[in-house]
Amino acid sequence: AAAAAAAAGQIHHVTQNGGLYKRPFNEAFEETPMLVAVLTYVGYGVLTLFGYLRDFLRHWRIEKCHHATERKEQQDFVSLYQDFENFYTRNLYMRIRDNWNRPICSVPGARVDIMERQSHDYNWSFKYTGNIIKGVINMGSYNYLGFARNTGSCQEAAAKVLEEYGVGVCSTRQEIGNLDKHEELEKLVASFLGVEAAMAYGMGFATNSMNIPALVGKGCLILSDELNHASLVLGARLSGATIRIFKHNNMQSLEKLLKDAIVYGQPRTRRPWKKILILVEGIYSMEGSIVRLPEVIALKKKYKAYLYLDEAHSIGALGPTGRGVVDYFGLDPQDVDVMMGTFTKSFGASGGYIGGKKELIDYLRTHSHSAVYATSLSPPVVEQIVTSMKCIMGQDGTTLGKECIQQLAENTRYFRRRLKEMGFIIYGNEDSPVVPLMLYMPAKIGAFGREMLKRNIGVVVVGFPATPIIESRARFCLSAAHTKEILDTALKEIDEVGDLLQLKYSRHRLVPLLDRPFDETTYEETED
Amino acid sequence: RTLLTHPWFTGLQEGSQSCDGSVAVLSHQWKRAAPAYHLILEGILILWIIRLLFSKTYKLQERSDLTVKEKEELIEEWQPEPLVPPVSKDHPALNYNIVSGPPSHNIVVNGKKCVNFASFNFLGLLDNARVKAAALASLKKYGVGTCGPRGFYGTFDVHLDLEDRLAKFMKTEEAIIYSYGFATIASAIPAYSKRALVFVDYFLSFLNPRKARVTRRFIVVEGLYMNTGTVCPLPELVKLKYKYKARIFLEESLSFGVLGEHGRGVTEHFGISIDDIDLISANMENSLASVGGFCCGRSFVIDHQRLSGQGYCFSASLPPLLAAAAIEALNIMEENPGIFLVLKEKCERIHKALQGISGLKVVGESLSPAFHLQLTDSTGAREKDVTLLQEIVNHCMNRGIALTQARYLEKEEKCLPPPSIRVVVTVEQTDEELERAARIIKEAAQAVLL
Repeated sequence: AAAAAAAAGQIHHVTQNGGLYKRPFNEAFEETPMLVAVLTYVGYGVLTLFGYLRDFLRHWRIEKCHHATERKEQQDFVSLYQDFENFYTRNLYMRIRDNWNRPICSVPGARVDIMERQSHDYNWSFKYTGNIIKGVINMGSYNYLGFARNTGSCQEAAAKVLEEYGVGVCSTRQEIGNLDKHEELEKLVASFLGVEAAMAYGMGFATNSMNIPALVGKGCLILSDELNHASLVLGARLSGATIRIFKHNNMQSLEKLLKDAIVYGQPRTRRPWKKILILVEGIYSMEGSIVRLPEVIALKKKYKAYLYLDEAHSIGALGPTGRGVVDYFGLDPQDVDVMMGTFTKSFGASGGYIGGKKELIDYLRTHSHSAVYATSLSPPVVEQIVTSMKCIMGQDGTTLGKECIQQLAENTRYFRRRLKEMGFIIYGNEDSPVVPLMLYMPAKIGAFGREMLKRNIGVVVVGFPATPIIESRARFCLSAAHTKEILDTALKEIDEVGDLLQLKYSRHRLVPLLDRPFDETTYEETED
Repeated sequence: RTLLTHPWFTGLQEGSQSCDGSVAVLSHQWKRAAPAYHLILEGILILWIIRLLFSKTYKLQERSDLTVKEKEELIEEWQPEPLVPPVSKDHPALNYNIVSGPPSHNIVVNGKKCVNFASFNFLGLLDNARVKAAALASLKKYGVGTCGPRGFYGTFDVHLDLEDRLAKFMKTEEAIIYSYGFATIASAIPAYSKRALVFVDYFLSFLNPRKARVTRRFIVVEGLYMNTGTVCPLPELVKLKYKYKARIFLEESLSFGVLGEHGRGVTEHFGISIDDIDLISANMENSLASVGGFCCGRSFVIDHQRLSGQGYCFSASLPPLLAAAAIEALNIMEENPGIFLVLKEKCERIHKALQGISGLKVVGESLSPAFHLQLTDSTGAREKDVTLLQEIVNHCMNRGIALTQARYLEKEEKCLPPPSIRVVVTVEQTDEELERAARIIKEAAQAVLL
């Protein structure tokens, strides 16, 4: 019945958009059950009360105070932190802190070795027991195509380059840090994406935060999705442009903002905007949703805006040839003005890139903060990217790339289908390798993480403030390195833990994204 | 008519008839004071209020009376600016120098073999065999990337090791590493300064504090300034810190591994206790010849960044091979503290050798390994200066000395330094090479400027 409902919703969607979509777009976010929502709020309320009680006891020294304090000589300085800022950290985060920052000591592949740590003072400090938990199934690392390996052609090539070039560069791109390797990488990235030119940077986060200010400034408008990554938000704020936010993946909201922006112009002065830049991501890593790219491009063309697409998670992971979300929808890469992505997730390296027209890249070469002030990419990292990219493109003479892409797609479909059948609430698009499983209640965040580790599976759990307060979740990142046996083992354990913690909330009442009510007050205007 | 038969009106008539009864008059006085037109006016007022209550509310946002057709016309007519303005082909920063092979002591730039006087490879660790071996071992164990941020299985034992070693080396309680040097200080300052007053040094000018007691104050300075080659006056700053109750953030990218007896930076150079500095931030891309950056200080200060440092929480962690290279570089620094003295000697030597060139002046202290050569008489236009200096640089490169101009983003800098050539001294440069470089620069200056 659920499949029929979803299929009906999907067909409705395709015809409504005049055939913009060449493939079915199945995305769903099941509503939070009422009882669960109420209980979650109650849970947070109880935790807050206990938090106040604990703070009171600590203040009157009845309970031992563990955290660090200011120097005696600086006691009369204005205090460095506001007490309330840390209330959440002290009283909620600390109690389940052992689920994060777990140190590992092997390759972050399909299986990983975690260093065991213990705490005797309720997570205020950790001691390493010296034991290593071996062979933990890794469902948390961003290793979509399985290139995180310490053997194989990529690693050998990187080792050779390391011997020849060394590790560091000690200079910036504009001075004397532009190696021939960087030029080779940029040509390869441009041909991979199907754009005219590309430029590579040392850090994905910095790519966004340093290049958006170079593209837009005061007098420009940025339309940013509700759930954009911190780097995009930071870049937008640093640019000084006006920022307006549209509801997550909601095209009516975006269209209304575009219409109003062009018709009414800048606030107060009514001058026309200099440019409008739409910021979207390929795959949203907390929701598992895929951007509605065909509609965004249609809107962008109609209203003459520019599109900045952040493919941090989708490059390599989506599309029949692994070229990302543009490939997934079968669109033309020339339609996207700025294609940004990172090398960390699917290529097993680090760094970011921007691809686009030659004028854009020339401008960025001369005006980007990164080219002038920041060190260029390290040579072995560059070699890893080059080798893995050639592998995905099939240029190294093997079909390994194609196999990995297909394996990832199969894994995604299988895993999501099985979890839905078990009765969990899973957010996002059917084809997205990022799978959020809803937990909702604060206690279950800690419980889920710990129970899964006991059963030798490492998962990532996320709560407030990365997600809305009642929508805490566990997030699985699938990989081409996961074999079917590994997935089956993981699914079995998730099933067990799901029964133990009563996580199977789904009532199969799927709400297709299009039917969410849209009201007039959906955007905020922030002028910094 | 129904109004006139109302008891109110009949009362009026009664009152007018019984004029002797004063009580009756008084009690009916208020009734008698309302003539007919007053009542009609009040009736109209009541009707108006009722009408207003039921009429439609007036939305502020729709005060424009544009029709749908007019809106469509506006949308069609609007033309945005091009996404980026065109860049001329001769923009000085457009055509990068291409380095073939490793950017080490002997470097091949644009096909020419040169001695490297441009990379910040102060301790010569870029092609040190031990560093490469350590990085190689790490590559064989962990692969290249970490595939995740520190919070989600991106913390490796190498990272914890490096943080430990850095904290011990700098004699602080804790250290935190970032995967990109530029992001280090750019994430550290915003983590503390939501409502704060930040005094940033632009050639030693301070602002007057005017804000109230709840504002935190920070003084942000560099240990060794990259733009001028001068050392910051740390003892005076520490005195000011206690006088004005501000905290000091010290950026030691150039001075880490250069100043001080053991390379601990400007605090060791001046003999100041490291506890007096709240936060020291440095990047590992100069002396340590790796990639990334770190902050160190007391746990009270540093621990906050683990949840609020944007470049730490939301970005993938440093690749383990780079961390292993940094650890080995630290080992080398700790084993031979004599190299800092050697570096100091070479700096002083070349400073002396470059004095007195006609047309160029040396900007920077003699203990700074990265200093500038500026034109003594500027032509007046920045582009002309830049072109002249570029000719000198090209002249030197053709004769085997690799130099570079100091690059800035001209629109972003608040105090744009004048154009200059940056000269960098490393321990790998022999005395003979230093003298040759000084000679060639002198010749180039003579050839171009006279």
